[in-house]
Amino acid sequence: MSDARVDDIERRLIVATQRGLPLVPRPYHAIADELGISAEEVMRRLGDMLARGVIRRIGAVPNHYAIGYTANGMSVWDIADESIHAVGERIGALPAVTHCYQRPRALPDWPYNLFAMVHGHSRDEVLREVEALAALIEREFPGACRGHEVLFSSRILKKTGLRIAA
Amino acid sequence: MSVAHAPAPLDDTDRAIINALQGEFPLCENPYAVAAEALGLSEAELLARLQRMLADKVLTRFGPMFQIERMGGAFCLAALAAPEQRYDEVVEQVNAFDAVAHNYRREHALNMWFVLATEQPEGIAAAADAIEAATGLTVRRFPKQREYFVEMRLKA
Repeated sequence: MSDARVDDIERRLIVATQRGLPLVPRPYHAIADELGISAEEVMRRLGDMLARGVIRRIGAVPNHYAIGYTANGMSVWDIADESIHAVGERIGALPAVTHCYQRPRALPDWPYNLFAMVHGHSRDEVLREVEALAALIEREFPGACRGHEVLFSSRILKKTGLRIAA
Repeated sequence: MSVAHAPAPLDDTDRAIINALQGEFPLCENPYAVAAEALGLSEAELLARLQRMLADKVLTRFGPMFQIERMGGAFCLAALAAPEQRYDEVVEQVNAFDAVAHNYRREHALNMWFVLATEQPEGIAAAADAIEAATGLTVRRFPKQREYFVEMRLKA
C-alpha cells in the first residue's frame, strides 16, 4: 500500500478540491494558482491519483433524494460464512445495489454480516428489490441466507463526505 | 438539520448533465467546455446549471471523490441507539465530530447510522470512543471486511 500513500503536494490538492472543483472555465489553473504549482502538475497528479484509486472518479455527486431516489434501504443479511463472498459478489453486481460490504456480526442481537444498500423511488420499490434479492439468494445459494432485514433511512442527518484538515 | 429534499424540478438538460458527468470529467485546460460540447451545451450554460444544482443541493458536490483507504486512512460504519427524547441532541453531539462524514436516521432499535472517516486507521477507535464519551451511548462498530464491486451510478 505504501505506493498508494499521498505526498505533501497531493495532500494539499486533496484539501483544495475536497469541497469541489472551482466552477470557472479553467478550474485546474485556478487550483494551480492557489497551490503555487503549474496547472500541468495539477492535471498530472489528479490523473495519477485516479490511476491509483486514491480518487474514485471526478464528477457530479448527486443528492439521491433530489434526483428522485427518495427511498434508501440498507438491507442486511445473515449469510453462512462459507457462502458470503459468492453471495456478496453476486448481489453487488445487481443494478439495484449501490454499495455492498461484508461486515462483522455483533452477536447476539446483530447476526447480519452482509450489507447491501438499495435505492429506489419508493419504499415499495425498495422492498420489492430486496425480496427479489432474497429469492435470488435462495435459488442460487439454497440455505445460505438465515435472515434479513431492511433499515430505511428517514432523514439525512449529515452528508459532508471526506474532510481532511488543511 | 434535515437536508432531505422533495425532488427538485429538473429538466431534461439537468438530467443529461447528471447522467453524463458522474465520472470521467476531463483533465484538460477547459474541461467544462469539453464536457459541455459533448452535451450540446455552451460552457457558460453548463457552469450556470452546475452552480444552480449545487445551490439547490441537487448535487452534493462536483469534483473528485476520494477513497480514504488508498491514502492510508480508514472508514468505518458505526451505529448507536439514541433515546427518542434526546435524539436531536445526540445528532448535534455526533455531527460535531469532523470524523463523521455521513449520518442517517434509520428505522430500527439502532436508529442512528454514521460513517467515520479518518486519515489514520487508529483514528477510528479514537473517534468512536470520543463519541461514546460525548453521548454516553455505546457506539457499535461495523468495519468493512470486504467490499464487493458495484456500479455506483444512479440514473437521474
